[in-house]
Amino acid sequence: MLEQSYYDKADEIIALHGIAKKSLIPVIQDIQAEYRYLPPELLSYVAEKLGIGEAKAYSVATFYENFSFEAKGKYIIKVCDGTACHVRKSTAILNKLREELGLSAEKHTTDDMMFTLETVSCLGACGLAPALTVNDKVHPAMTPEKVTELIAALKKGEE
Amino acid sequence: MKINSRDDLRLAREAAIAEMKSQTKRVLICAGTGCLAGGSQQIYERFKTLTEGMEGVDITFAPEAAHVGVKQSGCHGFCEMGPLVRIEPSNYLYIKVKEEDCEEIFQETILHDRPVERLLYELNGVKYKEQEQIPFYAKQTRQVLKNCGHIDAENISEYFAVGGYQALEKALFDMTPEEVVDVVLESNLRGRGGGGFQTGYKWKQVARQKEKIRYVVCNGDEGDPGAFMDRSVMEGDPHKMLEGMIIAGYAVGAQEGYIYVRAEYPLAIKRLKVAIAQAEEAGILGDNIMGSGYSFRIHINRGAGAFVCGEGSALTASIEGERGMPRTKPPRTVEQGLFAKPTVLNNVETYANVPLIISNGAEWYHQLGTETSPGTKAFALTGSVKNTGLIEVPMGTTLREIVYDIGGGVKGDVPFKAVQIGGPSGGCLVTSNLDVKLDFDSLKKLGAMIGSGGLVVMDENTCMVEVARFFMNFTQNESCGKCVPCREGTRRMLEILEDIVAGKGTMEQLDILQELGEAITDTALCGLGKSAALPVLSTLKNFRDEYIEHVMDKRCRTGNCQALRRYIIDPSKCKGCSKCARNCPVEAITGKVKEPFHIDTTKCIKCGACMENCAFGAIYTEN
Repeated sequence: MLEQSYYDKADEIIALHGIAKKSLIPVIQDIQAEYRYLPPELLSYVAEKLGIGEAKAYSVATFYENFSFEAKGKYIIKVCDGTACHVRKSTAILNKLREELGLSAEKHTTDDMMFTLETVSCLGACGLAPALTVNDKVHPAMTPEKVTELIAALKKGEE
Repeated sequence: MKINSRDDLRLAREAAIAEMKSQTKRVLICAGTGCLAGGSQQIYERFKTLTEGMEGVDITFAPEAAHVGVKQSGCHGFCEMGPLVRIEPSNYLYIKVKEEDCEEIFQETILHDRPVERLLYELNGVKYKEQEQIPFYAKQTRQVLKNCGHIDAENISEYFAVGGYQALEKALFDMTPEEVVDVVLESNLRGRGGGGFQTGYKWKQVARQKEKIRYVVCNGDEGDPGAFMDRSVMEGDPHKMLEGMIIAGYAVGAQEGYIYVRAEYPLAIKRLKVAIAQAEEAGILGDNIMGSGYSFRIHINRGAGAFVCGEGSALTASIEGERGMPRTKPPRTVEQGLFAKPTVLNNVETYANVPLIISNGAEWYHQLGTETSPGTKAFALTGSVKNTGLIEVPMGTTLREIVYDIGGGVKGDVPFKAVQIGGPSGGCLVTSNLDVKLDFDSLKKLGAMIGSGGLVVMDENTCMVEVARFFMNFTQNESCGKCVPCREGTRRMLEILEDIVAGKGTMEQLDILQELGEAITDTALCGLGKSAALPVLSTLKNFRDEYIEHVMDKRCRTGNCQALRRYIIDPSKCKGCSKCARNCPVEAITGKVKEPFHIDTTKCIKCGACMENCAFGAIYTEN
């Protein structure tokens, strides 16, 4: 069981969108925005409140890439691997980040819950390739050297 | 002020124009994603402080302000050219502006109308003072993107001042819904999202359904890697798109509209929310629009990271709160779309064309573009080209004009190789296609498609097999899994492509790739599945020799495929220190100390550890 405050927050968000089947995605999006992940307990709770089967809600939540049942780090770094970024060597950026943070294709979040590393198909910032975002702030024209600086700055709490 | 009649709209417009005219100087600072990353926020703050208390100076912080694509050095994006600052009415465009330049711009240009030479764009020794003279802009025809960068996207008054919502006024007061449908039909406006289906025809079908509850849906789920046209419209001129949607609603008798925007576009979502709130306040959206008796509301839905939701039936399923999976058709979206009601579904750019057509008429629209593809098309020009950015040209413009005249040619003057058009659903166009006119029908003949309009330029240093693998990896990842051809077929194709780039491919696999690709194209359930194999089929056709090199010679001419690189020790430089051999994780390096060592290429896993550790620079790679 989660703390009561989580359920109160969920009630608040449900009230905002209204009790309807079509509210499911907006509601769990808002929950995820609040906690940086979607606590599985809350998904079941929301399903019940909206009158949707738990299995159904789970099928929706797992279909979309944005939802995560795992807690994420304080800084969520998304490396763009869209066409333009890929052609401009985004793989080197990703590898450098993995090296700096001790992460891999299987391990996405650092043990201290500071960093989560993900790739995205396209940020739509193709003119800035290769690009990455840290909590939605775009960092353009990245190089492996700039990655080192960025991580150091984030660790110091400058960004 | 609430607009309750045509007169009210006129008054609002006149007031807005007067307001704009009273500003003797306008400073437009780009607030696009790229320039923000370059520090345009600080520049905005600085100008605000500098001009505080001055009469007639307006500082506007607008996305794409003055911008899109003016830049010399390709790969590093707008950030290297930006932040951009445009000063009106002189139309001076300043590039790479820094906070410390603001004082000089203020003194010279704002107070004395003199350009700051060192901040002007320069090409081949010519300095361009005015933005409109820069070749990148001069060769374009900006209709849909006309306001992007020139008005404040978060201020409805500015949209009024440039004639906004006049098309809606004309439709509501001077035309019947049938007449609106007819004009759009006559204009032959074709869907800008990829398919090129006739917009007017869709509207007509929805309008004649028996069911009276109907919906208007805007597809802003621009998921193609390498495309950002719709984002720019939503961020830069959201009202134009809203106007198009309201007109569509009136034409087909709908009361509600939904905009589905991908979650990766937070700024677009924010701007649309502001625009909708302002339109509601002004009486342009909501009950009894402008006193006409017609009511219409617009909701925003955020995507949740599924590429397939760009497909019509998947998109409507997602709005309904379901898994975003396409369904079999018929019934088509026009018959049973959102909530199983008749639905008009068009993309952002298509809706943004509608006000232009209603204001100027179908005949005017046919003056631009080709006979079967009238109008203009926005493209996102990216990759190895000197001027990357968002462009808009008449349909039928040749690839050569886009890449060389507007794009300034290939970056670094490396030979041109291909343009990937239409993203993961498209194909590639090669040197011999440079003079092909870009329109829906000519491209279809070549096995490519306009798609949503991403143009990624590739030069001789790009491996086409790797590009095909990349797109297949994307599609395979994004396949929703509902139909077998797409779910299993793309996976098998990806496996084969992975074999080929790893040097394990066979000639037989090339035939299987072809066969699989054709089978997926013929049998997949939705448009995305049907086009999933296109990047592979198109590269197989145009670059078969590269595939054969990978398979037969185990060689990648560009060096992109790391597994095919060979690590070699130069005997004349090797001192025989054995450091490489000690660092090799697979014991592929042998030799006697103080004599040149040797790498066994059959054991080598190309990790590069030897090269990194060699103190004499004796190890090199060969493609």
